Amino acid sequence: MITFDYIRPATTKAAIDALKKESSAQFIAGGTNLVDLMKHGITAPQRLIDISRLPLNIIEQKGNMIRIGAMALNSTVAENALIQQQLPLLSQALQAGASPQLRNMATVGGNMMQRTRCAYFYDTTLPCNKREPGSGCSALQGYNRMHAIFGASDQCIAVHPSDMCVALAALDAVVVIADSKGERRLPFIDFHRLPGNSPHVDNNLAKGEMIVGIEVPLNNFVKHYRYTKIRDRQSYAFALVSVAAAIDIKENIISDIRLAMGGVGSQTVATNKS
Amino acid sequence: MSHNEKLLNDDCHNSRRGFLKKSVAATAIALAPNVIVKAAEDGLDEKAAGYFEKTNIKLTINDIDYSLSIEPRTTLLDLLREQLHLTGSKKGCDYGQCGACTVHVDGKRVLSCLSLAVMQEGKHITTIEGLAKGDDLHPMQQAFIDHDGFQCGYCTPGQIMSAVACVREGHANSPEEVRQYMSGNICRCGAYNNIVDAIIEVKRKGGTI
Ligand SMILES: Cc1cc2nc3c(=O)[nH]c(=O)nc-3n(C[C@H](O)[C@H](O)[C@H](O)COP(=O)(O)OP(=O)(O)OC[C@H]3O[C@@H](n4cnc5c(N)ncnc54)[C@H](O)[C@@H]3O)c2cc1C
Ligand code: FES
Ligand code: FES
Repeated sequence: MITFDYIRPATTKAAIDALKKESSAQFIAGGTNLVDLMKHGITAPQRLIDISRLPLNIIEQKGNMIRIGAMALNSTVAENALIQQQLPLLSQALQAGASPQLRNMATVGGNMMQRTRCAYFYDTTLPCNKREPGSGCSALQGYNRMHAIFGASDQCIAVHPSDMCVALAALDAVVVIADSKGERRLPFIDFHRLPGNSPHVDNNLAKGEMIVGIEVPLNNFVKHYRYTKIRDRQSYAFALVSVAAAIDIKENIISDIRLAMGGVGSQTVATNKS
Repeated sequence: MSHNEKLLNDDCHNSRRGFLKKSVAATAIALAPNVIVKAAEDGLDEKAAGYFEKTNIKLTINDIDYSLSIEPRTTLLDLLREQLHLTGSKKGCDYGQCGACTVHVDGKRVLSCLSLAVMQEGKHITTIEGLAKGDDLHPMQQAFIDHDGFQCGYCTPGQIMSAVACVREGHANSPEEVRQYMSGNICRCGAYNNIVDAIIEVKRKGGTI
């Protein structure tokens, strides 16, 4: 791993300001993706801004929505009583991801920002448009049984590997984003991008912005829900395909339904129509 | 000189921020990246460490307080093994895939190979070396021996740290649940069945572990 300098700002504002000042700086939260990528030489920020101790880890109900801070740990969210009661689908999806040790480190914001696990993205000796724009895509003619089924382009067929994101897409979540001027909100399903001609840009977070939280509206999907993940081994493996499904049944009639698919594209594929 | 004092680097008594504030010397300012100096002046950083030098951190490992001098890129695993010679925690993959490096940080099981040591400042770390009380093995260590929970033993420290957490978390209620919540620890020798037996036994015997 190359050398870098490290700062731990005391406030969210100071962290955002610090990101603006150094073009190659990156936030580090749990570090489970970033440290891995730095060790592989895929990314080499000259400065790490430690945001893991910022007071952005609160999970609370606010009116008719639940707000989850970006720094909340994946394990904490999965086991939080409010989440288990009101958003059990999210809890189930989180439990399906990674391992207990990784879930104790990984944050909500970091999970959304994690990069693809495409083997060619990881292999720095081979071309990859996501890693090195314009170099080509090795996966197109390569070993690609885990690659995109939907939304791929002739430049990239990588998928986003998150489980949590599939549930968030199904549950109409909204991403709360902050920069030095204030906050904005983005529907979760618009957060990740299709590869098109710029597969190196994974999402619509602008330079200098931080994810500060997620808002999920309260819903009636607390009884009939399931997160199913098909993978090469029973646990601790990325999805070949995963499905988040939830239905609301009133008087024996399905009154509302949500379906989202993960592991099949660079975005979660959601069909959110009542 | 105590173990701890030996580890304390002589030139590291000053805090990093204090150093930056005090060093009006042109050389230091020229070397220190602007943002760091600025942040130190504004008092907006809790911590700043340049890549050009080591930084001080204090943390507690197996109930011993340490003051250490480290590079920002040092992982917790490398700090434990290379600097402190606590070689119980193993480096299996170094990429978060095997669990051999599992330790507890503030009571939670984590992977030390993907943790930067500088980010652990002020935290309490427990490694496999910290489980036994003197000559008395921890019940989980004893159960691994009783059940033949290992062959080559390379994955074992990580398995045991993970197993202790698994029981404490309340995720050891059935063999199926244990398999699910121990899936972050790979055993190349395939001692899985005996590992599950050991964990179930510790859980069944109850008591605080
Ligand atoms: C072996 C292994 C198996 C895994 N299996 C799974 C799996 O099955 N399912 C799954 O979903 N995931 C899996 N993961 C991925 C894991 O969930 C992610 O690595 C984790 O969620 C990333 O979160 P983090 O906090 O550690 O992010 P970090 O590594 O700290 O950061 C990742 C990126 O996000 C940026 N970032 C972090 N927080 C913010 C923020 N608030 N605002 C803006 N940018 C931010 C950082 O700058 C960095 O670029 C696995 C990982 C490993 C190593
Ligand atoms: S060495 Fe840390 S998970 Fe393999
Ligand atoms: S005992 Fe050999 S790897 Fe587990």
